[in-house]
Amino acid sequence: MNKISHGQELFLSRLRRHRIFVCTARVLILILFLILWEACANTGIIDSFIFSSPSRIVLCFWEMVLDGSIFLHIGITLYETIASFLLVTLLSILSAVLLWCSRKLSEILEPYLVVLNSLPQSALAPLLIVWLGATPVTIIVAGMSVAIFGSIMNLYTSFITVDQEKIKLIYTLHGTRRHALFKVVLPSSIPAVISNMKVNIGLCLVGVVIGEFLAARNGLGYLIIYSSQVFKMNWLLMSIVLLCIMAMALYAVIGVVEKLYMKRF
Amino acid sequence: MKPSLELNDISYSYHTLDGETHALSNISFSLAPGEFTAVVGPSGCGKSTLLSLIAGLMKPESGQIYLNGEPLTENSSKIGYMLQHDHLFEWRTVYRNVLLGAEINKTLTPEIKEKANVLLEQYGLKRFARSKPSELSGGMRQRAALIRTLLLEPELLLLDEPFSALDYQTRLTVSDDIGQIIRRSGKTALLVTHDLSEAVSLSDRVIVLTRRPASIARIVPVTFDLDKDTPLNRRNAPEFKTYFNEIWKELNHDE
Ligand SMILES: Nc1ncnc2c1ncn2[C@@H]1O[C@H](COP(=O)(O)OP(=O)(O)OP(=O)(O)O)[C@@H](O)[C@H]1O
Ligand SMILES: [Mg+2]
Repeated sequence: MNKISHGQELFLSRLRRHRIFVCTARVLILILFLILWEACANTGIIDSFIFSSPSRIVLCFWEMVLDGSIFLHIGITLYETIASFLLVTLLSILSAVLLWCSRKLSEILEPYLVVLNSLPQSALAPLLIVWLGATPVTIIVAGMSVAIFGSIMNLYTSFITVDQEKIKLIYTLHGTRRHALFKVVLPSSIPAVISNMKVNIGLCLVGVVIGEFLAARNGLGYLIIYSSQVFKMNWLLMSIVLLCIMAMALYAVIGVVEKLYMKRF
Repeated sequence: MKPSLELNDISYSYHTLDGETHALSNISFSLAPGEFTAVVGPSGCGKSTLLSLIAGLMKPESGQIYLNGEPLTENSSKIGYMLQHDHLFEWRTVYRNVLLGAEINKTLTPEIKEKANVLLEQYGLKRFARSKPSELSGGMRQRAALIRTLLLEPELLLLDEPFSALDYQTRLTVSDDIGQIIRRSGKTALLVTHDLSEAVSLSDRVIVLTRRPASIARIVPVTFDLDKDTPLNRRNAPEFKTYFNEIWKELNHDE
């Protein structure tokens, strides 16, 4: 290792102090918020029946862990989200490749894609339920419907913005359009695919929760709707917290995939 | 002897919504086997267009191109085309970049791999075979791109300003270096360049094009009376200035 100069050392330690300060502040805000919430609920400043409290939420969670029911709800939502995410990823790559292969097709379909993408897709969910019935398949499709159109457009854009000179190189090496696709377009779009996946995982979760609101007997979305109807605010808030954690975890998984990819290249 | 390449009255125009760009007009010339020819011309006159036509990437609007006496077939495997930028892919190692052409042409045999290794060794890239292209210097990248082209064993090499992305110092050494490699390989070569001294120091003949639509202003044969006819010796020979000025005047007198 090189010897670090005094100035550099000073800079590094200042940076480290800055980071520690930011992290501590973040954690403190959360703790403070939880304590305040708990205290207000216990002293009756806010109505604990409506606003619940951290301890009640944890207790409620623990009860559901003991009777095992929470695992069913988390599992279903997780399964549906991952299924719709994988399908969206696969289908949007395939569609984008198809559009890339035929300029005519992509030009013909462009306005339809734009309309379908700018439509608030949650409006489609009731329609899907009528058409497909209230089954997990419907919910997976609802999750897909939120992400797929934007995903196709993003990927297609990244496919056609590949450096034309690189494609010309393939032709100078006597390659065909298929070679251009597999040797240039797809490999150089992998970063775009990954950042697209990051967006999609969140959108799929939104779509799945909306689907569960409307047509489910299980899952966190169902739990939210059900508990709001019977006024079990502990359940409701717990479900929201669980959704937050789930969203963060799924996002982190894709972050890990990205890191692995970056390390390979 | 049959010419390696023959162009007969080639014309080409680009058509876009904004109108027509007449790029090439009635170009005819031929290259003898093993000959090294340079093409110079004002920027935007149609030099790259000329190479793309010869490489078979586009079809001429009129005129014929013959390769070894036969009409040019689309994407002939006898032609190697080196573009202005090396376009080494960052997601492949240098070694796999070099093998890209063989991969595409399904000729990825142990012999080709062996040949790739030999060439990498010869051109001083052996150490970097497993590195990413970004770890190479500009000159090394250009050499890797040359190996990629040479592995397809083309009979005719087309070079489109292959050194223009390099800084002046590197460019001198790399162009001399690569010029010698090509000469020793005995391949017919057609080099497009902006740099008149590069044209004079490397080639047997210089084709001077006019402004767009490009036609041939003149073809200047370049011969040096030297014991060791290397690009560097040429640059120091007395004839160098004469040729340089002659071509320079030809380029500028149609103002
Ligand atoms: N795809 C295209 N569509 C329309 N016009 C084009 C196209 N490619 C090139 N041109 C035009 O044709 C003319 C010749 O282009 P070309 O690239 O062959 O010139 P060049 O001599 O190689 O130029 P440079 O010295 O800049 O490399 C230019 O005026 C250019 O604007
Ligand atoms: Mg050019």
